[in-house]
Amino acid sequence: MSAVLPPHGVHGGHDGHAHDDHHDHHAPTGWRRWVFATNHKDIGTLYLLFAFTMLMIGGVLALCIRAELFQPGLQFFNPELFNQFTTMHGLIMVFGAIMPAFVGFANWMIPLQIGASDMAFARMNNFSFWLMIPAALMLVASFFMPGGAPAAGWTLYAPLTLQMGPSMDAGIFAMHILGASSIMGSINIIVTILNMRAPGMTLMKMPMFAWTWLITAYLLIAVMPVLAGAITMTLTDRHFGTAFFNPAGGGDPVMYQHIFWFFGHPEVYIMILPAFGIISQIVPAFARKRLFGYASMVYATASIAILSFIVWAHHMFATGMPVTGQLFFMYATMLIAVPTGVKIFNWLATMWRGSMTFETPMLWAVGFIFVFTMGGFTGLICAMAPIDIQIQDTYYVVAHFHYVLVAGSLYALFAGVYYWGPKWTGVMYSETRGKIHFWWSLIAFNVTFFPMHFLGLAGMPRRYADYPMQFTDFNQLASIGAFFFGFAQVYFFLFVVIPMMRGKGAKAPQKPWEAAEGLEWEVPSPAPFHTFEEPPKLDATATKVIG
Amino acid sequence: MTMMNARVHSVSRGWSRWAGAAAALATGSAFAVNDLKGGPGVNQLNLHEPVTNIARDQMWLHNFMLIVCLVIFVAVFGVMFYSIFKHRKSKGAVSANFHESVAVEIAWTVVPFLIVIGMALPATKVVVAMKDTTNADVTIKATGYQWKWGYDYLKGEGEGIGFLATLDVAQREQSNSGHPAPVDDYLLKVDNPLVVPVDKKIRIITTANDVIHAWMIPAFGVKQDAIPGFVRDTWFRAEKIGDYYGQCAELCGKEHAYMPIHVKVVSAEDYTAWTTAKLKEAAAKADDPSKVWEQAALIARGEKVYAANCASCHKADGSGAGPIKPLDHSPVVLDEDKQQQIAVLLNGRMDKGMPSWKQLSDTEIAAVITYTKNSWSNKTGQTVQPSEVVAARK
Repeated sequence: MSAVLPPHGVHGGHDGHAHDDHHDHHAPTGWRRWVFATNHKDIGTLYLLFAFTMLMIGGVLALCIRAELFQPGLQFFNPELFNQFTTMHGLIMVFGAIMPAFVGFANWMIPLQIGASDMAFARMNNFSFWLMIPAALMLVASFFMPGGAPAAGWTLYAPLTLQMGPSMDAGIFAMHILGASSIMGSINIIVTILNMRAPGMTLMKMPMFAWTWLITAYLLIAVMPVLAGAITMTLTDRHFGTAFFNPAGGGDPVMYQHIFWFFGHPEVYIMILPAFGIISQIVPAFARKRLFGYASMVYATASIAILSFIVWAHHMFATGMPVTGQLFFMYATMLIAVPTGVKIFNWLATMWRGSMTFETPMLWAVGFIFVFTMGGFTGLICAMAPIDIQIQDTYYVVAHFHYVLVAGSLYALFAGVYYWGPKWTGVMYSETRGKIHFWWSLIAFNVTFFPMHFLGLAGMPRRYADYPMQFTDFNQLASIGAFFFGFAQVYFFLFVVIPMMRGKGAKAPQKPWEAAEGLEWEVPSPAPFHTFEEPPKLDATATKVIG
Repeated sequence: MTMMNARVHSVSRGWSRWAGAAAALATGSAFAVNDLKGGPGVNQLNLHEPVTNIARDQMWLHNFMLIVCLVIFVAVFGVMFYSIFKHRKSKGAVSANFHESVAVEIAWTVVPFLIVIGMALPATKVVVAMKDTTNADVTIKATGYQWKWGYDYLKGEGEGIGFLATLDVAQREQSNSGHPAPVDDYLLKVDNPLVVPVDKKIRIITTANDVIHAWMIPAFGVKQDAIPGFVRDTWFRAEKIGDYYGQCAELCGKEHAYMPIHVKVVSAEDYTAWTTAKLKEAAAKADDPSKVWEQAALIARGEKVYAANCASCHKADGSGAGPIKPLDHSPVVLDEDKQQQIAVLLNGRMDKGMPSWKQLSDTEIAAVITYTKNSWSNKTGQTVQPSEVVAARK
């Protein structure tokens, strides 16, 4: 449990830890250590554990959905409850699992990667984590409010939201809090990266993970207030007699969608850019070769971020836009394929003529590239407005975004846990178990989501509690796959995460990966409570500490 | 397509049976079901068989995209897997030193850009064609209600016809039972299909009464959100006589899965015959809201209205379900003050999940209230006349 216990006296390397004893009073114990946490590593651990808890809750909701859809007819849940499951599954996974998990990675890794002693605003860091707890409790508790949880879909389209019970207000409040937390987290990350890099760590020498998070943090600050605006207007429509989106009072429901997706599309990249960063660290480490096209990687990330602001209405082709609107959003969306392609090609070129080994982090990274690219291709197909008219709001879209969010974001998170886990805990995971987790997840994932492409092409709409009989077989296949995928993650927690946290396993060396580069490998494993208290002196590549 | 479906189905039976064994509940679900012509096929793998030019273009675009993506996929991952198998440490590979190449990087930015343009060009043509709703032969307004579709023929042959289309009540009950009988049109059968002539340009104007719905027929390549307070339009020209099916495609509340769309494409002669009959029928049935009804006649009429509109939630025996209030013994139904129940029907009680039914005629509302006030254990003896509903609407 090294990641969650006070540091023991293993010091070495170049962490400049001369003041250790002197600083011990900064490492409180017991519950105070966590509730009053200001240490970036502790807060990172909190974020990661929180995200995993929400992943499990969101996963149970997903399995409820899949159980109901195992065969035609309603066997377990009434359609109202089913809609609550789909809505809360989406909200919890996006705002409770994937986003906080990346913030956890940022907390742990960014100071270590740029040679900073901690995050810039340690107390705000604490606040932005602990804000998430009441928000999450409110989201989960909304199931027990009169009328049940919100059931308008995670997109919370008006005017359906106007018909929801009091849980909708709880949901809106929770979103506000989570948004505030994200904004604070982003400010922290931007200030840390821009002001606290060790001397010699110029921006263009910075590790890709820090780069992708810097860009992501700007995206977050730009779009979270937009979401807050949309849901605040929903709130006043519900209670204060305004009619922003309520057609009965002259409001425009489509305007809600424009505002929501102006947030929603950059949000998609918020969840994938840090994943690109993690993959860009892992591939070179296991190919034993420098990342190909570092500069173009940075520019591609920035282009994707900028393009993400001008493609939002591709989620709305079926609302009936003028022909010029459809064409513009179709072209802009297809353009995103170019920088995304550049990234894939860069990873392949990094692997090309490398000297590769396939430990678990690399397996997940290659799995990411392979399966995420399939999601990219279906994204291109969805971007074509005429095809999208057929597959909009069908299971094809469900398949598409799970290929990019599960096989994309979640796979990258797993890759990162295996890659940096030894640094966090000081313990090596079991390679066999890591591989079981990978292959099990990869197969179960594809069994679950691949058939959904067929369902969507055949016209099965999403968010359906019951469906025509012709769709039965593929739904059964998807449901079986989903349960296996769920169990794989329980296996991961019980047999990989828990042993690492309890310190069971081989002791991790300071740098477990032969060719891994970066300052995080310049401090011992587990990373001591305080690192880089004195700014380290870096070599010319800014990947090593010299004296 | 049918051939392919049949083959795929027999292959899939293997695992389906295995799954069925895992949950004995699954007995028979898909096994006895066939492809539905104009609707989904059993384990269909691609888009529906197109019956309009637009749908054909969409199918072509989709197949074109599939091929292009597949070629790129094979090329890119061919390189990756070659590299994975050849350039591994265990095979003695020593890593090279290169880490950038301006020429290569420009090439793999420009080439995808050109490919994307190549994809966008044919798509543009189709987008423009899809949006051209001018010169329609027949214009029909499709209104989304929670949870049914209303159709009004606004222009062209059949002008003036209007009706509601609701999912077959028996199928809705089958769904609740958890063991629906295997029928080919499960959840797709409606009481009054939309009827249109073959080879004529049909413009569908969509709008909605409450929340956003979406009107779609995959075989026509049509999907258009129906947005309350706004009108949008789309069009199709069906080339083949037959039945075509779709479902609501925008989350619209709890019965979202239960408001299908069924379009019957008929010959010009059949269409003329249908419109004539329908208009005559409408003229005969047009209820005079000032007519004073016998209680028994109102109850008989109300029973039909109840079965078509109320029974899916409140149940045929008025017992309700879960959050749905029972009507049997209901204080509102039994209340001396008839206005109570009239108000609920006209305005809805959205906080309790009851939508407004103001789209029903005065006679229908009067009839269904009279029916509920005098059915099951409710024996109020009260009669609500259409004129009372007219008064309450003001």
